Amino acid sequence: MVPFAGYEMPVQYRDGIISEHLHTRTAASLFDVSHMGQILVAANSGNPADAALALERVAPIDILGLNGGRQRYGLFTDTNGGILDDFMVARQGAQFLIVANASRKTEDVELLATEIGGRCGLELLEDRALIAIQGPSSGNALEEVFPGVTELCFMETREFKMNGSPVWISCSGYTGEDGFEISVQAADSERLFVRLLEQEGVMPAGLGARDSLRLEAGLCLYGNDIDDSTSPVEAALGWMVPAVRRRGGQRMGGFPGDARILSEIEMGAPRRRVGIRPEGRAPMRRGTVLHADRDGGKPIGEVTSGGYGPTVGGPVSMGYVGSGHGNAGATAYGEVRGRMLEASFRPLPFVGHRYIRQGGARREVH
Amino acid sequence: MRFTEEHEWLVLDGDVVTVGITEFAVEQLGDIVFVELPETDAVVDAADDVAVVESVKAASDVYAPATGTIVEVNQAIVDNPALVNDDPLGEGWFFKLRLAVPADYEGFLDEEEYRGLIN
Repeated sequence: MVPFAGYEMPVQYRDGIISEHLHTRTAASLFDVSHMGQILVAANSGNPADAALALERVAPIDILGLNGGRQRYGLFTDTNGGILDDFMVARQGAQFLIVANASRKTEDVELLATEIGGRCGLELLEDRALIAIQGPSSGNALEEVFPGVTELCFMETREFKMNGSPVWISCSGYTGEDGFEISVQAADSERLFVRLLEQEGVMPAGLGARDSLRLEAGLCLYGNDIDDSTSPVEAALGWMVPAVRRRGGQRMGGFPGDARILSEIEMGAPRRRVGIRPEGRAPMRRGTVLHADRDGGKPIGEVTSGGYGPTVGGPVSMGYVGSGHGNAGATAYGEVRGRMLEASFRPLPFVGHRYIRQGGARREVH
Repeated sequence: MRFTEEHEWLVLDGDVVTVGITEFAVEQLGDIVFVELPETDAVVDAADDVAVVESVKAASDVYAPATGTIVEVNQAIVDNPALVNDDPLGEGWFFKLRLAVPADYEGFLDEEEYRGLIN
């Protein structure tokens, strides 16, 4: 167990990180991610469009266009165009559920209270747990407990019931695999976790596997790969700013840092996040300085996340490099313990996403 | 078998000690994915960092337990780092060190003392 954002979290269960990682990619793993912040937002007017437009003041995404039962990835930005947090937002009828990072949830609620608190009611849900089930068998396992859940495609959400209480399930996750995230009353969470563990092919997995899975999937970890010093375009997350919020769009800009972010979408950013694949076995961990030449010289960038990728079968990293560098296939050198180790830039993700994007597709997986 | 406070084990044969890391160390490290070993014939001082072991969690140094000369290294754990997890006290040995002062061996922890350290 390790302390993480004020919570005691398991790094691994009995079988170890590599085993838990590989099990997730081939069957299904259960992650207790109850530390994450769950924030409900509803407009005082009762009109969901008012809440959506309020949230668009603090996030450069399309929330007005989010239909009921749909979820989207988003960012809170600051006036410098830096990233204050990344989150998932789901529309549930007239209200919105935001799932944010544990380390940022207090700041997120303060930000929302300041910026939209006059128009919207906010509630940090302290009495709800969050359980993720991830991997190709997760649909089969979850269907046993919540019949109908496998009808959900990637980024769809639906309310189910457990002991009469609402359970909010979204088809999403942090591994690149098919899977679900389940928001449940804390009082029911242990029983649900145990019941899911009883399903065929389901094993528990800890923070260690969660990190190596998301790294192979090219997904950012807040505080490592993104923070208030990185802009969405630098982080290769410019895709999440839709046309309607870009220059010429009907709701162009109007979010913190819009001038910089919209300019970088058109002109590019001075640096960007890329994948890095070391040649040998030595991992290039966070903080490894990257060079264009074996002789060193001026650094071209730095690793922000790096470690061993069990599915890749070798070390994988991501990090930032200056514009003009980082083209896929190009060689780089990482400075590890005083030596220059060869690596090459790779497109992200290292392991392709296997989200279920069309109804019925999940049944064909098996 | 003797032990160091840095969770290494040593077995003496003549004036050469075989050195590895303990089961306790391996348990703490988790799955090992990378090992870097010293050069054969390297002359090392006690407490020099002479090898690196990296697990899925972190990188750690392995120290020379005493002053001496590296006479052999275990290439098998470089090629297959998981060997250290599978058999830390056997096939997963790291290197052999010819002690400059063979009597140094008597100064290391015995099994009972080492158990006291980790419990």
